[in-house]
Amino acid sequence: MNELSTRIDPSRIVNRVVAHHDGDVHELVQILREVQEALDWISPETIDCLVAALGVPRTKIEAVAGFYSFFYLVPRGRYRVLFSDNITDRMAGSEALKNRMCRNLWIEPGKVSEDGLVSVDLTSCTGMCDQGPGMLVNNRAITRLDDARLDAICELIRDTVPLEQWPADFFRVDSNVRRADMLLGGDMAPGAAMKAATTRGAAGMLEELRLAGLRGRGGAGFATATKWSMCREAAGEAHYVVCNADEGEPGTFKDRVLLTERPDLVFEGMTLCAQVLGAQRGFLYLRGEYRYLLDALQAVLERRRTAGLLGRSIMGIDGFDFDIRIHIGAGAYVCGEESALIESLEGKRGTPRNRPPFPVTCGYRDQPTVVNNVETFASAALIGLHGGVWFAAVGSGQSAGTKLLSVSGDCERPGIYEYPFGVTIAQVLEDCGAEDTQAVQVGGPSGMCIAASEFSRRIAFEDVPTAGAFMAFGAQRDMFDVARNFTRFFAHESCGFCTPCRVGTSLLNNLMDKLARGQGSPYDFSEIEKLNRRLQSLSHCGLGHSACNPVLETIAKFRSSYERRLVHTDYVPAFDLDRALSAARQMTRRKDAGAHIGEDS
Amino acid sequence: MSGSFKLDGREIPFRDGQTILQAAQDAGQDIPHLCYHPDFKPHGSCKVCSVRIDGRTAASCTTPARDGMQVDSNVPEVNEERRTLLQMLFVEGNHFCPSCEKSGACRLQATAYQVQMVSPHFDHFFPDRPVDASHPDYLLDTNRCILCSLCVRASRDVDGKNVFALSGRGIRTHLIVNAASGRLGDTDFSAGDKAAHVCPVGVILKKRVGFAVPIGQRPFDLAPAEE
Repeated sequence: MNELSTRIDPSRIVNRVVAHHDGDVHELVQILREVQEALDWISPETIDCLVAALGVPRTKIEAVAGFYSFFYLVPRGRYRVLFSDNITDRMAGSEALKNRMCRNLWIEPGKVSEDGLVSVDLTSCTGMCDQGPGMLVNNRAITRLDDARLDAICELIRDTVPLEQWPADFFRVDSNVRRADMLLGGDMAPGAAMKAATTRGAAGMLEELRLAGLRGRGGAGFATATKWSMCREAAGEAHYVVCNADEGEPGTFKDRVLLTERPDLVFEGMTLCAQVLGAQRGFLYLRGEYRYLLDALQAVLERRRTAGLLGRSIMGIDGFDFDIRIHIGAGAYVCGEESALIESLEGKRGTPRNRPPFPVTCGYRDQPTVVNNVETFASAALIGLHGGVWFAAVGSGQSAGTKLLSVSGDCERPGIYEYPFGVTIAQVLEDCGAEDTQAVQVGGPSGMCIAASEFSRRIAFEDVPTAGAFMAFGAQRDMFDVARNFTRFFAHESCGFCTPCRVGTSLLNNLMDKLARGQGSPYDFSEIEKLNRRLQSLSHCGLGHSACNPVLETIAKFRSSYERRLVHTDYVPAFDLDRALSAARQMTRRKDAGAHIGEDS
Repeated sequence: MSGSFKLDGREIPFRDGQTILQAAQDAGQDIPHLCYHPDFKPHGSCKVCSVRIDGRTAASCTTPARDGMQVDSNVPEVNEERRTLLQMLFVEGNHFCPSCEKSGACRLQATAYQVQMVSPHFDHFFPDRPVDASHPDYLLDTNRCILCSLCVRASRDVDGKNVFALSGRGIRTHLIVNAASGRLGDTDFSAGDKAAHVCPVGVILKKRVGFAVPIGQRPFDLAPAEE
């Protein structure tokens, strides 16, 4: 936020930011973020300057800026408040807090105050589920909201106090590590894994990864040794290492904690990968919600450069040159998909690519690229240090090693739990102090909904795979509301590239709203099931494929939550004459019976 | 790699690098499609050309042909899915065929006939989209846009102008033009552009020739898209 933004000449800011990025249009997402941080929004005038400075058409700038939730092509106020809208935030009372804020500030949700001071809106899960409700103010994360904190924030906004002067406690983010194992419990000295791995050589490192049986921690579980060796063997002008820290799956926050508590482990894993691939450049794609981690992470990178663990001739080895840059996302869940992430890294809209070819042969700038999850790189570092056999001794069956679970929802002790793979859901629930649990959503909205009868199932690739989210729902919760929250999330995050997902997620959302309004009939039920089938079959990427999961699973397991809403036996249209008149009533400020129509009036 | 695959039981030969749709068209067997155009790199966004390949669904315009694959296209389940996609496109925009100048020459309309779509089925979104008549020779009516991005690709890859792009995300994805005013008349778009001639629906329309070709004598009136 900048108090003088209306008077600042955007060309000065734009030229400084563009020069800092060497005028490289591949850096467009970073350029837009930095320009907006200085100017509050991306005005037509600012776009003029970007067009001139970058030498690209205006359509390019607007196409990219228009894609990301955190870029604003219309002014959104000097204070841009976004309430995290995950189901866990809602369960902790975020809706009432949002309404309280709007009342306090005399504004409507989604609109900018008349004086241009502030706007209040919703955003997808900000990854603070263990200390929610959360919000972002000008993309700075705020945790543990309650009435008192909210009222204080309203005062600070009204008094136009700059964000830097707000109480530091508002921005405090706790790691809440409740159970630590090899990743969070160890104390590896920076460089230790690289020393061990260097003596083994690239082929030796790949062999250790294979012995370890390490599989990708992003959820899909692809064998890491296979990915690295395919990429190593792929021909290209350059190879790239990308760490996916775009932790957007609602209910997931373990990468935030790993990057807070063990950043060296992550960077070391990336450097090991670079050595195997012969890569010279790496990227950490950090989700925009975690922007607050940037300075600390840059400091870690700088320390590693000074220690000879990054940069030229790493550890004195001639020709081992590698460095890491941090790329900040801008509010787009779909960028967690690896090919969309690469598009975003290249300064484009985050649309998943057509595959094949896959990133291992044709990734960043069409060169061979490894994209791995934060936890995967951290695990690889440990394998580099201790070897594959040591790693494979932990875990179960097809799932070696440990898994970080981000536990939230109805439980006494939310936070991060690191378990060897194979832990039962019941065990996790007992450890986190969850009682009377009716369901657990494992892996977020695109994951699985586990009912009480299945709590003996295990967290493992061969049973319940997960990227890390673990949201517990007590008996008092309505699982329809949970599914509806997830459906809204998918509609909001659909990239819009393919027809089935773009239109289908909105149709699904509308149908769930219709059920919620009490206009549901068995017809709508069959419509939902049909849409789900279409989305699963026809969508371009995983987002569309899994957009149906929460609805299908809660229908299968919590059918009564839906049937309660199928109040009509015959079809009822979604169009409601009385509701259609609400805009007219608002304009004429009428609330009397004569301004209503329909059977209830 | 070259070879042949089976499309609805018929043997289709293909050359190295061809996708299923490209090989099928070369063999004279079309697959319903909207965002595909032989002059441009396949895009794969509309999904209307989806087919079943050994039991899995994939867009035939972007899926490389492989020797010996079994492809089902003109089968009830696949046509049912195409109908849903067409219905989605119809309710997403504002399509009023009887009063549309493109009627009879519109690929969306023709494909809907082709897959026997008889109703829009879903509730209409009725989006508020602009009509732009600022250009002297062309009208831009985004009510009918299906976001196939053919004009985007034509202007960028052939005309070298970047007149069009898609902005926004999800259901708010929309066509934009290369002018601060947002008006086509303020861009360097011209009648000679490839982008002026690729719109499969009635978004980019030439002015002053409305209904010059009578209904009944338009391309798809004379030769309906057939399955």
